[in-house]
Amino acid sequence: MIPFLFKRFTAMIFVLFSISILVFLIFFATPGVDPAARIAGRNADQQTLMQVRASFELDKPIPIRYLSMMRHLFVSQDLTSYVNRGAKVLPELTQAIPATLSLVIGAAIIWLLAGILLGVFAASSKRKWIDPTISVLGIVGISLPVYWLGEVVNLITQSKLHNSVFRWVPQLGYVSFGSDPVQWFLHLIFPWLTLALLYAGIYIRVLRSEILTVMKEDYIKTERAKGASEKRILYKHATRMSLITVISLFGLDFGALVGGSALLTEVVFGIQGVGKLTFDSLQNFDLPVIMATVMYASFFVVFMNALVDVLYAVLDPRVRRG
Amino acid sequence: MSLHESASVTFSESPGRIALRTLSRDKRSWVALTVLAIIFLLALFAPVYSHFVAKTDPFASSLDATVLIHGEIKPVLEPSTTGLGLGVTPIGPTWSTKYFLGADSQGRDVAARLLYGGRNTLFIGITAGLITIVLSLLIGLVAGYRKGWVDSILSRLLDVIWAFPVYLLAISLSVVLLTSGLTLGFLHFGPGSMALPIVIIGVVYVPYVARPIRGQVLALREREFVRAAVGSGAKHSTIVLREILPNVLPSVLVFIPIMVALSMLTESALSFLSIGVQPPSASWGTIINDGLGLLYTRPWVAIAPGLMIVLTAAALNLYGDAVRDALDPKTRARSDS
Repeated sequence: MIPFLFKRFTAMIFVLFSISILVFLIFFATPGVDPAARIAGRNADQQTLMQVRASFELDKPIPIRYLSMMRHLFVSQDLTSYVNRGAKVLPELTQAIPATLSLVIGAAIIWLLAGILLGVFAASSKRKWIDPTISVLGIVGISLPVYWLGEVVNLITQSKLHNSVFRWVPQLGYVSFGSDPVQWFLHLIFPWLTLALLYAGIYIRVLRSEILTVMKEDYIKTERAKGASEKRILYKHATRMSLITVISLFGLDFGALVGGSALLTEVVFGIQGVGKLTFDSLQNFDLPVIMATVMYASFFVVFMNALVDVLYAVLDPRVRRG
Repeated sequence: MSLHESASVTFSESPGRIALRTLSRDKRSWVALTVLAIIFLLALFAPVYSHFVAKTDPFASSLDATVLIHGEIKPVLEPSTTGLGLGVTPIGPTWSTKYFLGADSQGRDVAARLLYGGRNTLFIGITAGLITIVLSLLIGLVAGYRKGWVDSILSRLLDVIWAFPVYLLAISLSVVLLTSGLTLGFLHFGPGSMALPIVIIGVVYVPYVARPIRGQVLALREREFVRAAVGSGAKHSTIVLREILPNVLPSVLVFIPIMVALSMLTESALSFLSIGVQPPSASWGTIINDGLGLLYTRPWVAIAPGLMIVLTAAALNLYGDAVRDALDPKTRARSDS
């Protein structure tokens, strides 16, 4: 197990390192892109450009700039924004993380609960309408643009019905759990449902098909031959085995969402999370902020990937040797 | 007689034919194809609609246009009656030939723009999806067949792009390339060119398709019939094209409708964030963006293009399901999402 963990860990570091270089090259080495011109504004003269270059260290060679940025980001942790001079990037990022986590964790709880309950129900029931209904749910989930669904939800809850049915829905935005738990919940309930709707369908579908596959395995036949009840077989054996697939899928989805896929949801619902921060900084080319958010985002994706791999290795010894 | 020919003699009907027959008997595929055909026709007839039915130019703003409703001439941009009365509210859906879905804040016919936008969204979705498939097939075949250091390098590269959250990568590339344009060898795409979202979306999804293909090729390489071909001294190109490619083709075919749907959704998301298709061109995403400010007064501007996206993506994904079941009966009712 330890060599496996070590291997996985070094791979993780390598990927993160490569991503940091990739981001850096995209923003600093794409031909035709001049960050100094972006910072100085549209009609800046040569002298201003020179000053900007000097003060942002943009006149130094690329590898030096890369190293300097990484040092400020990870070692001294005092990387500052290009746009709001003097504003430190890391506090800005750590302030945004709770909003994103609140959004994604809440949504994840809803879609996991719905996915597991309905998935098990769908697998155990033999009614005819179940199969097509679940296919439709799954397809709708992957076909809905999340930002559009969010707009429609806003239209329903914030427009005409806001004066009657949805009076209790607050204005768009985010309130931290610490300052007011009730408002936190009320602000997030519709973003949660929006995000969960996209994923629940897929999870129901995956869990159900997984259970049906496991039900055909030999050890289930053995259980049956030994006289175990159908209920016991379904819950104790089939569902348990099938949850492994769901967990690995969940790890990837969760990582991707926390890492940046929640961006569109945050923009639409006005939640000041990491996605919104990234989006705002992309608009004004605030490279240090982008670097920090992207590094954080990829860290989450890579970490969740690694966690899924390790979980697999714990559950299945064959993976460790491979 | 080559190995390949002798294999096909033993089957009375080729697997491809069986799959096609299964697909043509699948109700889902017909529903999906009908929906797609209607949407394609609508997009195709965009110029006809805007020229002969709506009689407007959907790309030029017409702030002082008027429209005849119930015998009354009304301005397309009505002065606001609420608030300070400073702004204007575009006319809502008339449900008649002119301004069927109403106007946007520049007085342009939303229905006509919707059809034109469909052209761009569909075009970008299809070309980007195909770019992803072709690149992935190439990388998957080379990495899986050559193995060794070639595979190591390509796989690490895929790992890196895979770990990069796909929307973040697409957004970062779009933001940068929209200012600089993109030069690929002798091809140059200026800022705002439609080729930019196509290339960007085509590239970011490569790991999702290339990784499974590589895995399949890796497994196929160890199979007896491939070893036999190697042993009989066949050229690498022959082995790859005649023994391996036909065996990965089914999964590649399954990926096509799914990837086109995914590319389309990504395009509209980028356009919604105003870093995809650039004005005055339209796509379903840009129209949703136009409708954002009008959401509470003229909701149809944002709702209609969204419905088109959902319909198209759902039809493509439904067709993808049918294709998958037809090509591999074992995976019926299974999903790898």
